Amino acid sequence: MKQKILEVRNLTVSFRTEKGIIRPVNDVSLDVPAGSIVGIVGESGCGKSMTARAVMGLLRYPGKVTGGSVVLNGRELAGLPEKERRKLRGAEVSMIFQEPMTSLNPVVKVGKQVEEAIRLHTDCTKEEAKAKTLEMFRKVEIPEPETRYKCYPHQLSGGLRQRVLIAMAMICKPSLLIADEPTTALDVTVEAQILKLLEQLRDGGTSVLIISHNLGVIARVCDYVYVMYAGRIVEEAATEVIFSRPAHPYTRGLFRSVASLREGGSTLETIPGVVPNLLRLPAGCSFSLRCAECGANCEQNLPELLETEPGHKVRCFRTGKEATV
Amino acid sequence: MSEYLLEAQEITKEFPAAGKKTVHAVSGVNLQIREGETLGLVGESGCGKSTLGRLMIRTLRPNAGEIRYRGQNITAMKDREFRPLRKEMQLIFQDPYASLDPRMTVRDLVAEPIETWKLCDSKDAVTAKVKELLKAVGVPEEFLYRYPHQFSGGQRQRIGIARAIAAEPRFIVCDEPVSALDVSVQNQILNLLKELKTSRKLTYLFISHDLSVVHYLADRVCIMFLGKICETGPTEEVYRNPRHPYTRFLLDAVPEPDPSLRGKEIRLLKGEPPSPADPPSGCRFRTRCPYATERCAMEEPALREIGNVQAACHYAEGIQA
Repeated sequence: MKQKILEVRNLTVSFRTEKGIIRPVNDVSLDVPAGSIVGIVGESGCGKSMTARAVMGLLRYPGKVTGGSVVLNGRELAGLPEKERRKLRGAEVSMIFQEPMTSLNPVVKVGKQVEEAIRLHTDCTKEEAKAKTLEMFRKVEIPEPETRYKCYPHQLSGGLRQRVLIAMAMICKPSLLIADEPTTALDVTVEAQILKLLEQLRDGGTSVLIISHNLGVIARVCDYVYVMYAGRIVEEAATEVIFSRPAHPYTRGLFRSVASLREGGSTLETIPGVVPNLLRLPAGCSFSLRCAECGANCEQNLPELLETEPGHKVRCFRTGKEATV
Repeated sequence: MSEYLLEAQEITKEFPAAGKKTVHAVSGVNLQIREGETLGLVGESGCGKSTLGRLMIRTLRPNAGEIRYRGQNITAMKDREFRPLRKEMQLIFQDPYASLDPRMTVRDLVAEPIETWKLCDSKDAVTAKVKELLKAVGVPEEFLYRYPHQFSGGQRQRIGIARAIAAEPRFIVCDEPVSALDVSVQNQILNLLKELKTSRKLTYLFISHDLSVVHYLADRVCIMFLGKICETGPTEEVYRNPRHPYTRFLLDAVPEPDPSLRGKEIRLLKGEPPSPADPPSGCRFRTRCPYATERCAMEEPALREIGNVQAACHYAEGIQA
C-alpha cells in the first residue's frame, strides 16, 4: 500500500443561507496516495471546488467545515488554528486556480510574487530567493526567465501566467498540489503543455489533486477518479476502470454525452434536466430527479457508496444490486 | 445572383492599440457561406474569429475588403439601406449571463426584437408570438414573467436563442454559444441549434474554440490562426486528414476521454504565441512551426486547393507523408 499524502474522511461543508442550510460538500472521503494524480470530476455546483477549498482551509464566510477530518502527511488539519494552517499553505500544500490573472497581483512583478512565497516560509536571503525563483521558472519551462522575472502579470500570456502560478505553488516543494480547473481558461495547445508539466511534477515527487469538468483532461493525467454530484461522491475508481465501466447512471450519462459529441451522429446524448438546487435536494438519491432508472426506493432512501468490484465504488441502488446478484 | 448567402472578400480589420501599435485582428480573409450550411470557425483565443463573425453581419466595419450578402455589397451600404437586411442576420452570444438585461422579464426580452421590427400589430399578438418562440426553444410558458437571474445557464442560453430567432432571420452567427455551459447542458443546446436550423431553414456561422463541438455541428470548417485562415474544407476531411501543421497540432492537443491513449506522446507546440500587434513576416505560424524554412519567412503562403480542402502552407503535401 502506497503512503497517503492526503486523507479526507467524511468531510462536510455547510453554508447557512437565508433559506436554510446547504451542504455543498456532504460526507466526502477521498485519498491522494504519494506520487499520483487524483481527479475530481463533476459539473458546476457539484462541490468539487468547495472540497478543495475546505482541504486548503480557504473557505469563505459563511462556509464552514461542519464535520469530518482532513489528514495531510499524517497530521490532522481540522480544528488547527489559522496560524498553524498558514504555515502549511504554500509549504506542504499549494493550490492553483482556473483564472491565473485574478490570482496574481497586477501591480507587482511576477518574480517578486514568487519570491514572496519562499521568503514567507524559509529565512533565506534576497539573493537566494531570487536564484531559487529563477531556477523554478526554468523548471516550469518559462522561456527567458530573467526577462519574465521583471514582467507584470498583464505582460504575460495566459499560459505563462499559469506557469508562474505553478512556479509559485511549487517553490517550497509541497507534497501536495491542488489544481482547480488549471487549464479551463487556456487554449488547447497550451492546455496540453500545462498537463505535461503537471505530469512532470508528479514524477518529481509531488502528488496532485486535480479538479476538472473536462473528462479528456481527467483521462489524460489522472490515476484515480472521483465523480461528484450535488455535494456527494457518487462513484470512484482507477481511471481505466471508470472509463471502461462507468456504473453510476450519472457517470454513464456524463461519459456518453462526451463520447457522442466526439463521434458525431444525428443527435447528441444528454442528461435531462439540470443539477438540482442544494436547498431542495430529494430525500433519497440526489440524482433520482434526472435518472432514467430511478425506482421507488431511490427517491426515499440515500444509497451508500459501496464496492461493486475491488477498487470500484458506486452510490446507486441499481448498480449495487446487479453486482451482488 | 451569387451561389453564396454570404461572402467575404479580402476583409481586413485593424484596431489601434497602445503605443501607436496596430492589432491585426483579421487580415485579408476570404470566406464563403452557402445557404443552409453550418460553417465552423475554429481558432484559439485572440485569433480574430469573433471579430470576423461580427464583420460578417456588419456589427463591425472592415478597414478594407467587402462583404456580400446574397450578392449585395453590404459594406458599402448606408445604414438606412442596410436596416432591412439587419433583421435577417442575428447573433447568439457566449455568455448568457451578460447578454440578457437583468431588469427585463423573459416576455419583454423575447418581445423586444418582435416590437423593434413591428412583426405583430397588437400586444396580445406579441405575447402569443413570444410563447410560441419559448416553446420552440424549450422554455416552459409559465416562466414568461420571470427574470434572467431565476434561470440556469442553459435556460438563459435558450432565451438568448429565442431572441435571436424572433425576427425570423436567415443567418445566425453563434459566437461560442455553449462554452459557458456544462457538458450535459451543452449537448441539449447543440441539439436545439441543430433542430432549429432544419425547422427554420437557418444558416450558421458557428464560432468555437472547441473542436469536438464544431465537429458535431459544422458541415465545413475554417481554421484560423492570428487573423488568417490556414485551412478550410469539409469538416470530416479536415479532421481526418489535416494538411496545415497548425490544424494537426490543434487536433492532437485535444485531450481524448480515453485513458488508454495516455502513453501516447503528444506533440507540443514550441514557443509562445506571436502577438497580433506584431505578426511574423511571411507565414504567421512559422515561429511555432517545426517545418518552417526560410521560404516561410520570405513568402506568405496563399490558401490553395489540395484535394477538396484549401490550406495555406508551402509544404502541405510534404508534411502529409
